Amino acid sequence: MNALLEVKNIVKKYNKIAAVNKISFSIYEGICFGLLGPNGAGKTTAIEIIENIIIPSSGTVLYKGKPRSSSFREEIGIKFQHTVLLSFLTVLETLKTFKGLYHNTYDIEELVDMCCLNSILYQQNSKISGGQKQRLLLAIALINKPKLLFLDEPSTELDPQARHNLWDILLNLKKQGTTIILTTHYMEEAQYLCDEIAIMDHGSIITIGTVDELITKYCDGCKIIVPIDSFNNASDYMDIGIEYTKNKDKIQIQTNDINYCLKKLLAKNVNFSKMVIHKPDLEDVFLNLTGHALRT
Amino acid sequence: MNFKRLWVIFKARNIEYFRDRSALGWNFFFPFLIVAGFSIIFSDTESTTFTVGIFPCESKNVSLKHINISAPLKNEKYIKFVGFESFKKGLDKLKHHKIDFLLKIGSPPYKYWVSESSPNGYITEKIFFAGLLQEKYQQIAEKQKIHGTTIRYIDWLFPGIISMNMMFSALWGVGFIVVRYRKNGVLKRLQATPLTSLEYLSAQVLSRIFLLLFTFVVVWFGCDLIFSFQVNGSYYSLFLIFLVGGFNLSSLGLLLASRGTSEEVSSGMINFITWPMMFLSEVWFSIESAPNWLKITAKLFPLTHIIKGARKITNDGATFNDITTELGILIIMAIIFLSIGALLFSWNK
Repeated sequence: MNALLEVKNIVKKYNKIAAVNKISFSIYEGICFGLLGPNGAGKTTAIEIIENIIIPSSGTVLYKGKPRSSSFREEIGIKFQHTVLLSFLTVLETLKTFKGLYHNTYDIEELVDMCCLNSILYQQNSKISGGQKQRLLLAIALINKPKLLFLDEPSTELDPQARHNLWDILLNLKKQGTTIILTTHYMEEAQYLCDEIAIMDHGSIITIGTVDELITKYCDGCKIIVPIDSFNNASDYMDIGIEYTKNKDKIQIQTNDINYCLKKLLAKNVNFSKMVIHKPDLEDVFLNLTGHALRT
Repeated sequence: MNFKRLWVIFKARNIEYFRDRSALGWNFFFPFLIVAGFSIIFSDTESTTFTVGIFPCESKNVSLKHINISAPLKNEKYIKFVGFESFKKGLDKLKHHKIDFLLKIGSPPYKYWVSESSPNGYITEKIFFAGLLQEKYQQIAEKQKIHGTTIRYIDWLFPGIISMNMMFSALWGVGFIVVRYRKNGVLKRLQATPLTSLEYLSAQVLSRIFLLLFTFVVVWFGCDLIFSFQVNGSYYSLFLIFLVGGFNLSSLGLLLASRGTSEEVSSGMINFITWPMMFLSEVWFSIESAPNWLKITAKLFPLTHIIKGARKITNDGATFNDITTELGILIIMAIIFLSIGALLFSWNK
């Protein structure tokens, strides 16, 4: 299968500081590709270089195997992290304005239904709520039936219902063959939507793969968390016969063999009602790779 | 060039303009208020230019009937007399430039005081002497009448006010707005579409020309209803000079907005350009007596040529052929502004 998009050795420097440092990857048609990373990792710069908004210091981006031509913008949809729209226009007028900039477009009615904009069509685009604005920006990004859709933190400011609605829209688009490039800080969102994920930090890509591949590669086994008061006697936990770490009033057992650990705990008559078994997820991968320290 | 995309942006920009009620109101009322203000000032027959204090006098309001001053001076329409009880009070006002000339009531030879540093005082002194000598000079100089229609100050001023309004509207409406759009990301959103910079810039310029001419027509005819302006030339030529002038000033606005994201820098640059234009392009007063280098500098400003062309038409009845020089200069300047602006234009911060 040919890659829809190929990113080759992209570098972007601002006054000798590399915001993006020699990143390379390929994205295949019809998948959802997640670009994750802490704040300041270079995700937005990288994505805007691919979108042809920022000119890279060096490197190339190929779309359908060729350098991006003027038709590239006809075929892509973009939802930026922050966008201000033309002032004093209603939601309907805003959609009509953007529709007028493309050749092949959705009917406004279809788009309005898809993004649930019916109730705000005649309100000015500056006077709608944060969630409504996110839906409008998504509708603008989709207006030209894009083959390649860029979404930079699309679910910011959305409530859980709106977020699930967004996910349904994106999964539906993916089914129809739209390729999606997504950046997000919500690991649950990335795990739910993305077929392939790249994790960036300090301008470079640290790793790339499917969610399962990343979890298998960077997280070891499961974590069993047992409160100390679940033991009959408070000191019983000390000789359970498996390695553990104590954290305040709980013990944590890192293991690849849950059954073995449970047998050991059962032998000590542990009350399982408060026990938690944590399977590693994308957040664990992310924290393992980028650390727990706060990025300022 | 895709005209559908150009039309979409042109339309969106016009909607923005007409829905921004405060800016819209200001664009229409500003020239009207200035013209109305000047009309009131110059129709006020009581207005004076020079103030002469006389003493001793019991009240501030002076009755000149019983005061021994030459008749021409008493009847001088640009002099107002103010009375003072004592010399001390009058001198205090003279020192603080509250009056221009202080005169003691009495018989010739008159005693008077004037501030050496006051230009008004100097001129009042000359008027005072002229008043004393007027009868003698009437025998050696004969006043001649101007035949034909005289140009009222308001008829001379109005084309300048309209042009100035056009300049502010074009430079702030294009120059400032585009910089603001670059700063807040509107341009970035448009850059992500197939819209080209040429289409966007053309839409901006065309929209501003349309809005300038719309404002011009409404303000002109609105003011004309009240002040009955005298237009000796054709409205077609007048419209043409403002059309070309609008194109020129919008292009200049675009040049100023071609780069940068700082609204402070942008407003500084616009002020830096508009203020000299406002004073040197003869909006308010003639610079006929100014030094030659200043007159040459004024010719570099597009506003000078717009106002000159417009006044030729309204005041002197000039035809299209008479304003071709101004039109030519404005078009050449506009092409230069637009070309450099388009070359320098950047969507991004």
